[in-house]
Amino acid sequence: MIEIRWHGRGGQGAKTASLLFADAAFNTGRFIQGFPEYGPERMGAPMTAYNRVNDTEIRVHSNVYEPDFVVVVDDSLIGSVDVTKGLKEEGAILVNTKESLQKIKEKLKGYNGEIYVLDATKISLECLKANFPNTALLAAIIKITKIMDKETLLKDMEISFKHKFARKPEVIPPNMECLIRGFDELIGGK
Amino acid sequence: MAIRERLSGNEAVATAMKQINPDTMAAYPITPATEIPQYFANFVSNGSVTTEFIPVESEHSAMSACIGASAAGARVMTATSSQGLALMFEMLYIASGLRLPIVLVNVNRSLSAPLNIHNDHSDSMGARDCGFIQLYCENNQEAYDNTVMAVKIAEKARLPVMVCYDGFITSHSIENIILMENEEVKNFVGEYNPEEFLLDDKRNISIGPLSLQGYYFEQRKEIADAMIDSKEIINEVSREFYKITGRKYELYEKYKLDDAEIGVIILNSTAGTAKEAIDVLRSKGIKAGMLKPRCFRPLPFEEIPEEIKHLKALAIMDKTDSINGYSGPLFSEITSAMYTSNINVPTVNYIYGLGGRDVKIDNIYEVFSDLEAIAKTGKVNKMTNYLGLRGE
Repeated sequence: MIEIRWHGRGGQGAKTASLLFADAAFNTGRFIQGFPEYGPERMGAPMTAYNRVNDTEIRVHSNVYEPDFVVVVDDSLIGSVDVTKGLKEEGAILVNTKESLQKIKEKLKGYNGEIYVLDATKISLECLKANFPNTALLAAIIKITKIMDKETLLKDMEISFKHKFARKPEVIPPNMECLIRGFDELIGGK
Repeated sequence: MAIRERLSGNEAVATAMKQINPDTMAAYPITPATEIPQYFANFVSNGSVTTEFIPVESEHSAMSACIGASAAGARVMTATSSQGLALMFEMLYIASGLRLPIVLVNVNRSLSAPLNIHNDHSDSMGARDCGFIQLYCENNQEAYDNTVMAVKIAEKARLPVMVCYDGFITSHSIENIILMENEEVKNFVGEYNPEEFLLDDKRNISIGPLSLQGYYFEQRKEIADAMIDSKEIINEVSREFYKITGRKYELYEKYKLDDAEIGVIILNSTAGTAKEAIDVLRSKGIKAGMLKPRCFRPLPFEEIPEEIKHLKALAIMDKTDSINGYSGPLFSEITSAMYTSNINVPTVNYIYGLGGRDVKIDNIYEVFSDLEAIAKTGKVNKMTNYLGLRGE
């Protein structure tokens, strides 16, 4: 079973990202869970969302305490939230940041697993002219977790975008661009 | 053909409601049930259902509108949570007293104060004596399936049914689910043809007149009898459902219980977490098992004691507190049933997960570890325990 924890701020779409990830994993024929931890929800307040992916039915209904992967949607959370808490050493953390990999490694000192960075905000601003880092982050975490290959992801997401954006097809190509760049511009690893 | 999908609990239940296409749906939004009337209002406005949707001004009015529509002869549904169910309280007894087959989806949430939007079972357990059949659901699939079956159970038993599942944990979590085809649901629930209804112009009847010392008692006894008879109806409807879907439901589910030495009785989503814990314990040679009631009303008071009589220790877990200086309601009722069946198994009560306190797999291990100690000595040191409480 793969367990993922997402850290974001209310309104940044960490919940949506976890649901998109669940969708992608579902399309590979697996069993999935995607759920946010609802707290005192406010725009900008730290929030957490979770995924489980498994080959058989998932029966556990608690939060995730020892994730295999962590995604940090907003790097300003590092320091105020313990983003590597319980994260498995053989796992990985992905941070949306404009900082260098080296800088993030320093900030996450004490975590010995794989560390990845992606400037998903920049990708989003350039492709979509708006700050929706989720799509690029989704591609990056799919690359890291290896739940599907790039080709399958692009094919799958194009179908889902065509459905989601049926009334504004002009936004489909820039969203596809986000995915490709998220996949290609990911930095880090062992 | 079954449809493989991924939906949240609320999406799943709203989908069931769409497929059932009731005559009337009256609801007032409350977290975490809000999405149900929200999705349903969409179905109404885009024409995928022909339901008369009544957006009332309170839950008291929601149940009142349901009662009026049901008495008039309509197939009726509603959804609520927590304070919403509490506000319906007065009308719940009228729904069952008038023998109206209303289906109420209750997304379990704690009661104020302190204000809390998260899950426990205080709301539906507080309404346990109102004459509703209560079906509890472990996950999205069970919430969907029980909603479909509830319609048929209610109409055959002539009792209202409450379908209960965990707020947020189930209502807002996306999971895999197998849906029925629209036609399958339509054929399963069939046409609703009530024997008696107010708008029947061929028969003049009165519903809800005054009934004093002369007849009230007999009428209340009829409700009690209907609840007893509903056991067989629930089993019958569930067997029919199994034939179509291959998904088996009974009054309760047993998990590795028959050869267990220690066991737990637990409702809803935590039962899933307990199954995982049991598998791990079994791999270590610990004979753990579980009984998960699907029906709390009617209470399988003869069956449950028989199923657990071989255990050396039993924990009954309540996601609510009766605040009676004694125990939670599941414990009181099941131990009482054990006593009258002459079954004496050392039994403890755990109050857990109030107000959404997360129930970890480690919490379940803790319970089984306590049970192992009790099984060894046969002695219960502490009957009522608070699991996962700070400082415990």
